[in-house]
Amino acid sequence: MKKLQCVVVAALLVAGVLLQGQTVEGPIRIGFLVPLSGPYAQNGRDILNGFLLLLDEIGYRAGGREIQLLAEDTEGIPAVALTKARKLVESDGVHLMAGGLLSSTGYALAPYIDSMQIPMVYPVVSADDLTQRRGSKWIVRTGYTGSQPNHPFGDYAYHTLGYRTIATIALDYSFGWESVGGFQRTFEEAGGRVTQQMWTPVSVHDFAPYLAQISRNVDAVYALFLGRATLQFMRQYEEYGLKDRIPLIGAGTTTDEHALPFMGDEALGVITALHYSAALDSPANRAFVSAYRARYNKLASYYAESMYSGGKWVIAAIEALDGQVDDREVLLNALRAARLTDLPRGSVELDAYGNPIENVYVRRVDRVNGELQNTVIDTFPRVSQFWNYNPAEYLAQPLYAR
Amino acid sequence: MAEPDAALGGPRPPSNTESMSPRGWRLAIVLVLGLVFSAGPLLFSSYWVGLLTQMVILAILAMSLDILLGYTGLPSLGHAAFFGVAAYAVGVLATVHGAGFWTCVAGGLLVGTLLSAVLGLIVSHVRDVYFLMITLALGMVLWGLSFRWIPVTGGDNGISDIPTLAAHSGLPFAGPLALYYVTLLVFIACAGVMALIVKSPFGLTLRGIRENEGRMKSLGFNTWLHCYLSYVIAGAFASVAGVAWAYYNGFVSPTYLDLTASSELFLMVTLGGPATLVGPVLGATAIVLLKNVMSAYTARWLLVLGIVYIVTILVAPKGVWNLGPSGRSR
Repeated sequence: MKKLQCVVVAALLVAGVLLQGQTVEGPIRIGFLVPLSGPYAQNGRDILNGFLLLLDEIGYRAGGREIQLLAEDTEGIPAVALTKARKLVESDGVHLMAGGLLSSTGYALAPYIDSMQIPMVYPVVSADDLTQRRGSKWIVRTGYTGSQPNHPFGDYAYHTLGYRTIATIALDYSFGWESVGGFQRTFEEAGGRVTQQMWTPVSVHDFAPYLAQISRNVDAVYALFLGRATLQFMRQYEEYGLKDRIPLIGAGTTTDEHALPFMGDEALGVITALHYSAALDSPANRAFVSAYRARYNKLASYYAESMYSGGKWVIAAIEALDGQVDDREVLLNALRAARLTDLPRGSVELDAYGNPIENVYVRRVDRVNGELQNTVIDTFPRVSQFWNYNPAEYLAQPLYAR
Repeated sequence: MAEPDAALGGPRPPSNTESMSPRGWRLAIVLVLGLVFSAGPLLFSSYWVGLLTQMVILAILAMSLDILLGYTGLPSLGHAAFFGVAAYAVGVLATVHGAGFWTCVAGGLLVGTLLSAVLGLIVSHVRDVYFLMITLALGMVLWGLSFRWIPVTGGDNGISDIPTLAAHSGLPFAGPLALYYVTLLVFIACAGVMALIVKSPFGLTLRGIRENEGRMKSLGFNTWLHCYLSYVIAGAFASVAGVAWAYYNGFVSPTYLDLTASSELFLMVTLGGPATLVGPVLGATAIVLLKNVMSAYTARWLLVLGIVYIVTILVAPKGVWNLGPSGRSR
């Protein structure tokens, strides 16, 4: 027994010494950070799956060099994400990093990314200020800002859907505030009014107290949820008899494909806006969705698409440099200059702040061939994070908050 | 934890049944820990220096819980709250108010200690499982506050952009190595003071309360006051760790004081060996090491970690530090 303990201690020490002696040459190393355990594991898994699918398609090679993926689990905890980022950069010597899911992680990593001057791709983290008031040179966002799809959607809700008064109910954190804030701004500028706002804790288990409070006199309810919460909300919204009385609209995650297959008729007719839909009818998207289904046997969510496209972004930059990615400044510029036209979500380019200009799709949940899908019913082409506002004036105003 | 502490002069049964005596085992642990903590950073890469810094800070935190859990016998499941609140104080002072280094340090220590002084008034009346539950509840309240008091704490996003130690304190040496050795000095100072406390008559009284509070009362000791002070002392040292952690990570978030953090801390003390002070250091070191090494090799690292916990509890119910013939025969 004692000998065994000594051996274990010795082995751990030896492992420690060996682990730090890895060199930087050879393949292109991409560090990847998402939650693979904890409450956000499923979303994190989707993001990773999208990337793995892409890497498989290109045979783990780009620009004449082998691609090596080093995936680390952040557990959805910012401090853990930072520790793992330190490992990837300082111990594994990655050329660039990608990943992140929660805004809290995005903000926690930003100062470290800046201090280490390592190019970082955020495929999902949607906290507005990461490419606005607190922008970082080294962060390239290939996803969206929380308010980005909601600016056109507020306009759409007033002019096309014809709503005049709306109640909002959303998760009480920055993704919720920024989405609702963006929606409210354009909706009220068009002439509508948000008459009631409710915020639920992220850990919400029962929506009964909130649903009882919803005013019955509004034209529609705007909801923002994801994961387990959105399944629960949809079901209770119907159980409370609200579905037949007040139309439900919301942010893209509320009916996103990570949750949609687990919903029933209660989701039918819900209208949401996002920069992606798995039902998007383009050759690139059809190919992606069917390849994803063939490999993982499930519907591609926007999380999966985010890193499939984010991966394409990275690969495009590597190809543009013929694999010469060792100069981080050059790699960063290549990432910022990349312009992709054949992504599943459509054509995308970065603005001067490192955030994509991309289409926003208005989607309605329909049942097609027995399966629920987000049918695209309208498209706002080339939407910037600043919508139609002047960036300088936009940035002079405070961030959307409660 | 209801046995006299052998390391501090309690009766130790003769050990001749196995080749390695508990004394030899403990000497080996202290030597390895001492060697790794003192010379390790000079050999390892900066990532490992970062992990060592984590270990040292969490060791201070685990030792502070040990005063409460091991020596006084009060199982707290909300101890990470003081750690987190002190870190928040540093974050708010440094970023919102632009305060200087010493103001931030003093502010962090003061807020954490004052909080424990206030909460101590509530929790010192109860024992055992009631203590566990009330500290759990208070910990959750503080976590909720950090999450929902958005104007001050930034909610889920937390507070980032806390300046680095070197930039903020005007220390002439920057970089992870300097941060590590500063933290190590703080650790040694804290460990020294805590060792003095537990060896003092006050510390012996705490152990007396752990063993039999009724008897201590009948001897004329004010056991409520002793438990209260033990709680405040533990809170104060947890605040030291919180301040160090804020500078190490450069940001604060609600996860610092959630239940997972508190229970992981509880595990560090229990696995290492309660009422030993060295045990929690060992526990903190082992858990940080296991978490970070395991997760690099397998996606099922939580499973491995769980198995390690169970096996350790089975093989060494009194903690790894107490492993050995005497530890198991008692």
